[in-house]
Amino acid sequence: MIDSNLLKKIVTTYGPSSREEIIRNLIVNEIKEYVDEIKIDALGNLIAHKMGSGKKMMISSHMDQIGLMVIDIDEKGFIRFTNIGGINPNLILGYRVRFENGTIGVICSEKLEDNDKLKIEKLYIDIGTDGREDTMKAVKIGDICIFQNEFIETEKVIISPYLDDRIGCYILIETIKNITSNSYDLYFVFTVQEEVGIRGAKTAAFSIDPDIGLAIDVTSTFDTPKNEKLSVKLFNGAAIKAMDYSLIADKDIKNSLIELAEKTGIKYQIEVLEHGGTDAGAIHMSKSGVKTGAISVPCRYIHSQSEMVSKDDVKMCLELIKLYIK
Amino acid sequence: MLLEILTQANGVSGNEKEVRDIIFKEVKQYADEIKIDKIGNLIVHKKGIKESKNKVLFAAHMDEVGLIVTDIDELGFVKFTTVGGIDKRVLVSKTVIIGKNKVPGVIGAKPIHLQKNNERDNTIPLENLYIDIGADNKSEAEQLIEIGDYIAFNTKYEEFGDGNIKAKALDDRVGCSILIDLIKDENIEYDFYAVFTVMEEVGLVGAGPAAYSINPDISVILEGTVCYEMPELDSHLVPTKLGHGPVISLVDRHSLYDYELREIAVNTAMKNNIPYQYRKTSSGGNDAGEIQVSRSGSKTLAISLATRYIHSTSSIINKDDYYNTVLLIKHLVPILCEGEKNDRF
Repeated sequence: MIDSNLLKKIVTTYGPSSREEIIRNLIVNEIKEYVDEIKIDALGNLIAHKMGSGKKMMISSHMDQIGLMVIDIDEKGFIRFTNIGGINPNLILGYRVRFENGTIGVICSEKLEDNDKLKIEKLYIDIGTDGREDTMKAVKIGDICIFQNEFIETEKVIISPYLDDRIGCYILIETIKNITSNSYDLYFVFTVQEEVGIRGAKTAAFSIDPDIGLAIDVTSTFDTPKNEKLSVKLFNGAAIKAMDYSLIADKDIKNSLIELAEKTGIKYQIEVLEHGGTDAGAIHMSKSGVKTGAISVPCRYIHSQSEMVSKDDVKMCLELIKLYIK
Repeated sequence: MLLEILTQANGVSGNEKEVRDIIFKEVKQYADEIKIDKIGNLIVHKKGIKESKNKVLFAAHMDEVGLIVTDIDELGFVKFTTVGGIDKRVLVSKTVIIGKNKVPGVIGAKPIHLQKNNERDNTIPLENLYIDIGADNKSEAEQLIEIGDYIAFNTKYEEFGDGNIKAKALDDRVGCSILIDLIKDENIEYDFYAVFTVMEEVGLVGAGPAAYSINPDISVILEGTVCYEMPELDSHLVPTKLGHGPVISLVDRHSLYDYELREIAVNTAMKNNIPYQYRKTSSGGNDAGEIQVSRSGSKTLAISLATRYIHSTSSIINKDDYYNTVLLIKHLVPILCEGEKNDRF
């Protein structure tokens, strides 16, 4: 069962890269009773320690979101922006956005001769104000806004912006809350600035110095029209990572995850991704190197306002992690 | 200005010694500890009469973009490649200085009379450029220079116009100069670290090792940054403006600058009537990228001077910008040093 209220809260809370305070505080409140120690480092990573006698394991999900940063406000009050993380200008035209203070805006485009040549610098945000002064009452240069869209739950799926990687944060929180016994010395890390180049995981891994690393993030699916190049599909279960652009998963970790899933009947699939990476990419290169793997939640339409995950896949990921840390 | 001596010295990435020697001599008597690390960074610790709550690091890079000798041909012409991000279109006919012997040369190419139409319309590729050092043949050239010698632009430092300065290597000798001012300032009461880094222009190479050994809580990167103003540009496409004050970075390819530090910088500027501007582009990057993720991480702030024609043979800065940046940094020192510890609980 998915705790929809908690998931909705986690997914809709503000926290773009470098501005993760609010989501971090929310997560701290959710987990503080269940862990032995909580630390926040200089970049803002949330590190929660659940003591155990075995090897040190770092399990990481990133709490930051992609967004848009204000770089200019023109005389008419229109806002120009740059991207924070991977943003496709063609996709976001017409999206609604929300600033930290709740201000809502709409993404529009300059009048263009050729719409195929849409670039971020041609887009602007309209917050419905009358002139620069008026806009500056609500928004200032350097502010970051996020996509604003409804959180939807159907019988089978969740549709919402920012399942990347708040679904991972949700899985970590649920895991923390339901630990009955752990053979590992566990460090749950909610990282910052993953979307802009896997920065938080790097410094967190340095502090923790783990023996084993595990990243929980979303992965792209290849099950939609004319997009069938790779194998991961929605509804096919937890994706055990073999490889992506940032990591070749440790084979012992990958194999023991597969073995566990086979033995317990957890639905799983093997993930090979050509592009993209996760926190695991930084963890496995930390200090003298760390054996690292990753479990991914298959997700359609990543980095759009309508990311889609299967509730059953999420459940399979949760089960697999629960068993793995025992 | 010391900036003249600093910009007339040559220090293409990996070959910073000449610049480092000048800086070393300038700051030695003011430093409590001074050392050159294995990769070539110059690290200075200045102890104050007041202890700092935060370990604060100021960083500027010593290296500049330039060229390096790859071959000498039968006629004694010197072939080369670029070191750091250089706009190849600006190279033809520029004068350069090669190697330890400071051999002068001119970057040569086929004259316009002989160029075919398509050649005239396109940038001359690097392989069709060469440096003429006045040698008659290969062996004569080999007596003067050797493969691997560094090549720096030969640009005279000049002050002109309404308080403007033209020179090469203002990125980032201007940061070095400000940092030297800071070290020399006897009125600064707080303990702080300064690093003059190597090889920033070829991938932020020096900053990581420096940050690893210093392990700062807060770092302030002093830079020369991109500036481009044309009347037809919409305001959001103008990254910075000359003469409009110190530039405070928001975001670039390597860093999202710490929000609180940014706010402190802006508020300090406003309180002291110092003009300031934001850097409105997210392209480029600086030493903050490596410093912020060193060890367990630290907070970074970047303050730059708007620098026109950056990464070319002649760039331009404005003196008022320089003095306003020095002023802002000096106001920031006590605030950053005394500020709350990084701990968020």
